[in-house]
Amino acid sequence: MEIVAAEALVRCLEEEKVEIIFGLPGGAMVPVYDALYHSKIKHVLVRHEQGAAHAADGYARATGRVGVGMATSGPGATNLVTGIANAYMDSVPLVIFTGQVNTSQVGTDAFQEVDITGITIPVTKHNYLVKDPKKLPEIVKKAFYIASSGRPGPVLIDLPRDVASAPIEFQYPREIVLRGYKPTYRGHPTKINEAARLINEAQRPVIYAGGGIINAGAGAELQALAQTVSAPVTNTFMGLSSFPGDHPLFLGMLGLHGTRYANLAVTECDLLIALGARFDDRVTGKLSSFAPQAKIIHVDIDPAEIGKNVRIHVPIVGDVKQILQALLPLLEKRERPAWLQRIEELKRLYPLRYERENGLKPQFIIEELYRLTGGDAVVVTDVGQHQMWVAQYYRFSRPRSLISSGGLGTMGFGLPAAVGAQLGLPGKLVILVTGDGSFQMNIQELATVREQSLPLKIFILNNQQLGMVRQLQEVYCEGRYMAVDFKFHPDFALLAKAYDMAGYTVRDEKEAALVLPEVLAAPGPALVNCLVHPEENVSPMVLAGRGIHEAIEC
Amino acid sequence: MRQTLAVLVENNPGVLARVAGLFSRRGFNIDSLAVGRTDNPAVSRMTIVVEGDDHTLEQVTKQLHKLIDVIKIIDVTAEEYVDRELVLIKVSADPGQRIEIAQIAEIFRARIVDLGRRTLTLECTGNEGKIRAFEESLRPYGIKELVRTGKIAMLRGSRYTGGGNGKEEE
Repeated sequence: MEIVAAEALVRCLEEEKVEIIFGLPGGAMVPVYDALYHSKIKHVLVRHEQGAAHAADGYARATGRVGVGMATSGPGATNLVTGIANAYMDSVPLVIFTGQVNTSQVGTDAFQEVDITGITIPVTKHNYLVKDPKKLPEIVKKAFYIASSGRPGPVLIDLPRDVASAPIEFQYPREIVLRGYKPTYRGHPTKINEAARLINEAQRPVIYAGGGIINAGAGAELQALAQTVSAPVTNTFMGLSSFPGDHPLFLGMLGLHGTRYANLAVTECDLLIALGARFDDRVTGKLSSFAPQAKIIHVDIDPAEIGKNVRIHVPIVGDVKQILQALLPLLEKRERPAWLQRIEELKRLYPLRYERENGLKPQFIIEELYRLTGGDAVVVTDVGQHQMWVAQYYRFSRPRSLISSGGLGTMGFGLPAAVGAQLGLPGKLVILVTGDGSFQMNIQELATVREQSLPLKIFILNNQQLGMVRQLQEVYCEGRYMAVDFKFHPDFALLAKAYDMAGYTVRDEKEAALVLPEVLAAPGPALVNCLVHPEENVSPMVLAGRGIHEAIEC
Repeated sequence: MRQTLAVLVENNPGVLARVAGLFSRRGFNIDSLAVGRTDNPAVSRMTIVVEGDDHTLEQVTKQLHKLIDVIKIIDVTAEEYVDRELVLIKVSADPGQRIEIAQIAEIFRARIVDLGRRTLTLECTGNEGKIRAFEESLRPYGIKELVRTGKIAMLRGSRYTGGGNGKEEE
């Protein structure tokens, strides 16, 4: 039986067991939305297309499934781009559909036409412009496979309106052939043996674990490795939540705003075991003084990441879970009292700390949120100082319990991502920690929160400015603050009321002690505007061009 | 260091943009690029000459492999190979100079492919060095127009990389 391609598309999504689509319709998407009318798939209407991409992203990170987003041609499509780039940088599986003008008009600067496949080549794992309606089912199947396999990432499908309306014989393909795409999952046995030998011989090993652990679901294997060989574990920002935050072997985050003891442990180690991490510049600082005494084992599913920034002694390409499973039986049990004692000493000498005096401290709010939730919440953040304080002071205990924009650092990610996370995890406590700068970048999605009846808890660490940039200007520009002070401050508690949700303002620790437990226990959504000390800095900090062992307190 | 890569790609629209975009956004330098269909119309072959140190060249190959449309990459320079470029040169030639130019053409085994009232058009194939020497020999007569293809290359011997399935066979 023939159906129109748009209906076929919806059938494909049902075959892929898609539960939720985040989107905003428009002229070129009329056939697709018409087809969705009869489907059981839930469509979540956002207020801005960027919100759709971030919400699909938050959903994917929270659930481990492929997130699906949709927008119309032209501005709808370009509004998605930041969200797509964000997912690309953090290896999040998305399938994004955009409407396109009729095929006969493509290339004519038609109304709401934009070359979205051209625009998104650098920020997608792959993309398609569908010209032949018969090929649509195959393309959708390929898109889901590409997005979710190997190193995950976003795939975009651009669908001209006439293609969507064309009748086709629908059959969902069982198999697809992608000659040029064959991800490697099993690590090379020789390399695994070599890694085992290095680990068994090492005196001072450190495990440096990134987001790859979470994508591979290798949290248990990571713990087994750390405990077997008694190696301390440091996480990249993307890797946070892959290793229990309260584990004695945990060093916290490393890098630019990492703990000093993590950075010093990496500097002193004789073997660095890098798992699903990519030696990002925010992690390594000055490359020549990064882990200067160490041999490096690097496990990554993306061969292009191996040797990109740092010289590697044992490269292993593949799925980190499978590789650790193969590696574990080859390892000798070790206690390493001397090394672990040194680690304890570093932790004692250089703890994370802040002064509780002089008003409400943002770090205090994060510590309170951790204490009150026992770590059993999904924490979504935006980008800036508050994000780093979450990374430093909230102790994550379960993979996928931190959802944040790492690689791209997208302010405005938080609110829509929290929408996606909460929809993917109904019944779960989802907390958004944001800043007054970030929050105002996608504030329109408060309407989506309310419309979807999401019990989201929003905490704005409000320092009335662009705090991270102010800190940079304090450090690098001798305090010449330029374009970082907001001269107008909306009343966020009142704004919450406008969106029919509970709104609070917290000015000191006493008010926080009253409001935080109440908000976390309440069934509905709430927004808490925390007026924190405006000049608090994220500390420690590694200055530009310096090694990570040279971090300063600021 | 220079490396010549033979890259088999799906003959899809936009594949050239994907490859060219990759080179520009990652700051890789292309010296020469030639694209054409293989014996299999679904597969194109790009010959890319790229300049860089070992680390850059390794990244070029790895990043190219990440493109879904890239089927196979062969580093031609790693083994014995044949490479060719083709050049068309339109050169000033008064009737009295034609014989002289024809003799130069003969030395380079080039061919005269067209004749104008005051010009000659010559075609020459060869490796880069030969093409350069040919160009220099004609320069004194006044080159009016010059167009050259990028370099194409193939491994010597009985090993081949057909477009049929992208597999390397003996």
